[in-house]
Amino acid sequence: MSRIAQTFTNLRLKGQKALIPYVSCGDPSLEFTEQLVLKLVEAGADLVELGVPYSDPVADGPTIQKASQRALAGGITLEKIFQLAARLRSRMETPLILMTYYNPIYRFGLERFVSRAQEAGIDGLIVPDLPPEEARILKQITDPAEIDLIFLAAPTSTAERMEKIAALARGFIYCVSVTGVTGSRENIASGLEAFLAQIRSHTDLPLAVGFGIKSPETAGKAAAIADGVIVGSSLIERIEENLPLVKDEPERVINEVCAYLASLKKAMGNTHFAMN
Amino acid sequence: MRKNSYFGEFGGQFVPETLMPALLELETAYEQYKDDPHFKEELRYYLTTYVGRPTPLYYARGLTEYLGGAKIYLKREDLNHTGAHKINNSLGQTLLAKKMGKKKIIAETGAGQHGVATATAAALLGCECTVFMGAEDVKRQSLNVFRMKLLGAQVIEVTSGTQTLKDATNEALRHWVATVRDSHYVIGSVVGPHPYPTLVRDFQSIIGEETKQQILEKEGRLPDYLVACVGGGSNAMGLFHPFVHDREIKMVGVEAAGCGVNTGQHAASLTAGSKGVLHGALSYILQDSDGQIIPAHSVSAGLDYPGVGPEHSYYKDSGRAQYEAITDEEALEAFQMLSRLEGIIPALESAHALAYVRKLAPTLSPEQVIVVNLSGRGDKDVETVSKLLGGRARE
Ligand SMILES: Cc1ncc(COP(=O)(O)O)c(C=O)c1O
Repeated sequence: MSRIAQTFTNLRLKGQKALIPYVSCGDPSLEFTEQLVLKLVEAGADLVELGVPYSDPVADGPTIQKASQRALAGGITLEKIFQLAARLRSRMETPLILMTYYNPIYRFGLERFVSRAQEAGIDGLIVPDLPPEEARILKQITDPAEIDLIFLAAPTSTAERMEKIAALARGFIYCVSVTGVTGSRENIASGLEAFLAQIRSHTDLPLAVGFGIKSPETAGKAAAIADGVIVGSSLIERIEENLPLVKDEPERVINEVCAYLASLKKAMGNTHFAMN
Repeated sequence: MRKNSYFGEFGGQFVPETLMPALLELETAYEQYKDDPHFKEELRYYLTTYVGRPTPLYYARGLTEYLGGAKIYLKREDLNHTGAHKINNSLGQTLLAKKMGKKKIIAETGAGQHGVATATAAALLGCECTVFMGAEDVKRQSLNVFRMKLLGAQVIEVTSGTQTLKDATNEALRHWVATVRDSHYVIGSVVGPHPYPTLVRDFQSIIGEETKQQILEKEGRLPDYLVACVGGGSNAMGLFHPFVHDREIKMVGVEAAGCGVNTGQHAASLTAGSKGVLHGALSYILQDSDGQIIPAHSVSAGLDYPGVGPEHSYYKDSGRAQYEAITDEEALEAFQMLSRLEGIIPALESAHALAYVRKLAPTLSPEQVIVVNLSGRGDKDVETVSKLLGGRARE
């Protein structure tokens, strides 16, 4: 069983939901990201999404766009991200998922990308601009490498498309909770429950909700009806607000981000939360 | 992978899942309406009575004699309402959107040509129009921003990324993701995810269809060369596509070499780019070794784009078309050349095609025929050119 599947199974047995933070690698520096991830795991992250900064992130709102630009300006590269993942993997068992747009994978070379990811101990891959129609070639490479290719389902997906997504998906299904981009200000759609029920009718895989989680309240609501909660922009906002502090007092910023994550964890009704 | 979303290995639909149902809906609607006699008649009605089609195919005697080689014809897309070929596509897509029951229209624009054309079509057909434009371009083209507002469109200034066309396109896509249930995105060239490259090509193919008929009337034969500038590639594809099976006709697409293809300051995706995905399609693009998109540069805003339509990438690799690159400086010279010799001020984009013809024509014989697509008029560029030349037109 993959690390991702195992993690969801363990949580299910304990009656808990997965909390999945998204970090933008290299925002504002690689060292910061490394410390942040280690602390996020201590603070209750069950899986971690490592975001690969991209010049043209069409599925992302302003917060992740700006984080990506900061990271790119700081000289982040795919190779550095693979090395970061490998260092993290040597220190923890938490599933690591790379979230990247398709072009960096394509440019790096699909085979080479997957093999580097595998060496680095990456467990899953989320590609927000790769719908099932375009995923066949990549999936033929990730499957034998035991990397879970994770698909997104959207509120606009038809039943027919959900079936298609369910047939290809591994690990979990990333359920986009708003018709919009990441960091959306929109409230979690009132139809979320019906949307999840619809996907549920096509798959037994865990369902994780992302894109609209921006407070303990929204995290709690999502956790009540899904298997996992993904949070990105609202974590990154806490880095963005404290950028002048990052250089001299990174711990302070990391602690603030982790305290926020712990507050989400608490709202999700889980018992395990922040250590510090 | 459905075969019909690709041109050889290029094209596809690399977009967020949220948009996939809308692309499939668009494809179905387009399949339904493209051969529908009422739809065709309505589009033809507007193209003739409103846009002013057919545009003339004009024998450029002055230019031909000056260059001293092949006979040169200009396809006068500059004479269309709003001053460029862009309206052919904007009108077609807006009409299609209405048939689909979508009355909210989104567009991206660089210099403002496609924005103005789409705002025009929206005004004509009673649709609500939102245009995304990079903050840099808003500054450079303030008059076009005002034009769009006069036409009733809302112009949204995009401050992300490089604040130019590529980022305006990103922002239009993001907005479409959030409003997809009742909005249609009128993309401005033969780029983007399937079915856009096909749909835009078909709406622009009227350029080539008319040309074919007109040149047969004038010369009793088909031309030897077709030449057009390539930004995203829609005016070139519109001219080329009806001639694709006439294998003996040479097709030349002219990209912007900016300061030179070796300077890193250019927009020549086919000449100097590599394969990658931008705005939903696999094609030739400008990118670094990590797959990050590199900003383009050209004196002409309409060519200032780091990608190109997937069908052009297919033509390039299959050898069906040839692609050349023209520098800012060469384009500026051609801009003045046509103005002086023919009394036609071309768009800076079209001036790239003319600059290539300036090199090509003298190498050919007077029996040979070149058709150049004059994709737009130069009124929008007069201020830019005046600044670049320090206010001194060549004597
Ligand atoms: C007059 C004119 N020609 C050409 C272009 C380039 O676009 P395409 O390559 O799609 O024809 C533009 C784009 O704005 C334009 O305004």
